Amino acid sequence: MIRLEKRPSPSQGWTAATPLLAVALTMLAGGAMFALLGKDPLAAIRTIFWDPLFGEFAWYFRGQLLVKGGPLILIAIGLSLGFRAGIWNIGAEGQYIMGALAGAGLGLALYPDAGRWVFPLMVAAGAAGGWAWAMIPAILKVRFRTNEILVSLLLVYVAQNLLASAALGWLRNPEGAGFPGSRNLSQWPAAANPELIPGTGMHWGVVAAFLAVIGAHVLLSRHQLGYHIRLAGQAPRAARFAGVSPGRLTVFCMGVSGALAGMAGLFEVTGPAGQISIDFASGYGFTAIIVAFLGRLHPVGILLAGLLMALTYVGGDNAATNLGLPAAAIQAFQGMLLFFLLSVDVLTNYRIRFGRREIA
Amino acid sequence: MDALVSINWVLLAASLMVAATPILLAATGELVVERAGVLNLGVEGMMILGAISGFAVGVRTGAPILGFAAAALAGAALSLLFGLLTQILLSNQVATGLALTLFGLGLSALLGQGYVGIKTPVLADWNVPVLSDIPVIGPVLFRHDPILYLSLLLVAGVWAFLRHTRAGLILRAVGESHDAAHALGYRVVAIRLAAIAFGGALAGMGGAYISLVRVPQWTEGMTAGAGWIALAIVVFASWKPWRVLLGAYLFGGIAVLQLNLQAAGLKVPVEILSMSPYLVTILVLVIISSDRSRAALSAPAALGRTFHASS
Repeated sequence: MIRLEKRPSPSQGWTAATPLLAVALTMLAGGAMFALLGKDPLAAIRTIFWDPLFGEFAWYFRGQLLVKGGPLILIAIGLSLGFRAGIWNIGAEGQYIMGALAGAGLGLALYPDAGRWVFPLMVAAGAAGGWAWAMIPAILKVRFRTNEILVSLLLVYVAQNLLASAALGWLRNPEGAGFPGSRNLSQWPAAANPELIPGTGMHWGVVAAFLAVIGAHVLLSRHQLGYHIRLAGQAPRAARFAGVSPGRLTVFCMGVSGALAGMAGLFEVTGPAGQISIDFASGYGFTAIIVAFLGRLHPVGILLAGLLMALTYVGGDNAATNLGLPAAAIQAFQGMLLFFLLSVDVLTNYRIRFGRREIA
Repeated sequence: MDALVSINWVLLAASLMVAATPILLAATGELVVERAGVLNLGVEGMMILGAISGFAVGVRTGAPILGFAAAALAGAALSLLFGLLTQILLSNQVATGLALTLFGLGLSALLGQGYVGIKTPVLADWNVPVLSDIPVIGPVLFRHDPILYLSLLLVAGVWAFLRHTRAGLILRAVGESHDAAHALGYRVVAIRLAAIAFGGALAGMGGAYISLVRVPQWTEGMTAGAGWIALAIVVFASWKPWRVLLGAYLFGGIAVLQLNLQAAGLKVPVEILSMSPYLVTILVLVIISSDRSRAALSAPAALGRTFHASS
């Protein structure tokens, strides 16, 4: 007879070990999936996890790691604050799009100004765009108790439609011969978000991601607000008695995650993506949910998880070109990782006992 | 006004029912799951997996009805993965539901590789004798495929089950207070797993209805938020089966009307029209949840809470 016994407090050791265990299990199950697809599982795993770091073309892939990891980390840090407090913003994809639209819209309104203040203004507009989009579910939740999960998610589809109308209409490049897509922002020096150190993939978005990691760490471990966030998640009733306002916490957590997602969108549209286009949204907002959980909602954990998830993107591209592995396989692989993580979490919170239970 | 005049309202009413059916199926399933006290946010993932499995089997066998059976099985299988994690490994239901959606989207894209741009044999409409010849009402109500009628039967069945059977009473008891139900000797986990599998099967069939009847084709991410709208409709319905029917048909009406307005060339940007179903869903959610007494009273009390028999 196997049964679970609740631990008085979560196991420290397992908290750190479960993500590694989940990654190992995902590699096994993923290998089986690749074998079913008719690929050599060992070769697939090596192409995804080893070659980008230490293979022949690692000099190129290592840069891509930060390019993909930056937005994931930036978004996941924001989401983790809310998730800790039991506030579920799962519409970061929409906030990411709206940040990019707001920032790029402001920048294109200023075109062709060459002032040094164009880019900082665009970053601020990007943050404001994401923030405003996240405020819709936040205020509806506070004012009308509307479920923020559903509203934030439904707004993703609204944002995607706005993105399409921008790319085809109001932000379309007037000199683009009628093709969809905006002016190329990465080729306009005042608005560009270039690679800061050649070959590293480091751009302003990555810098912002690192700053967000530090900021979140300080907030959660040193600041009263961070304490309130943790308290509201672990003991909502105690938090209310202690005078923590759930409404203000909701507005704060949703606002921060929206603003960070919006900034991530802006850094992407001015850098790696280069322009507003119909297929600009790439799912970072959803993958960041996996990153936040994989990183145990802890800032440093998220940093590592973001880099690992970036590796699956980069390695997945590599496997797509070299082994003909479909791109969707990586998406399934990432979903699998979250599954395994959630299932091995049982070890953190419960002890497994064998044998019959004795009568007390 | 020209745009409104040029729309064929009889055809619109008939296609309204077709547009509403995927959401009706998924929402009816999710209603049973939530009445058992489980919040499965993976409806979108189960629908899209149902869409591709149903489509693939429909194409391979040439029998769409087998496709629906396969979709129900696939949806139930995926939902039992959710059940295993949340009921036995005691994981967080919100996070696990999200994982289910992300995984379902990826897996379906993977399975659907060879099926893009292929046509499927369509499900033949089943004209109800005599009734289908009535003018106006006939074409609107009685010239549909069997699955659409099945979805209506399921709503009635779920209503009768929850309201008039002992098993339905036990399921509701589990959803209101799992500790009390456990103390009475009911097997909370087994009952919840059964509810989850039922919800998964219906979500899978709802997805297959999109790929086999409504569109009928396979494209990646073709459910386009239908699963999330189904979740919203359960809230809108205050967890009552007949109101799910009302909500789904209301939504179907908006979805069809906006498509017709697009086709009729109304002077509103296409993107505004395509986002309208989502905006209306949000608006309806706000109206329902702002009524404090009703929303709080009708939600199953144990919804989303983890059950662990500690004693």
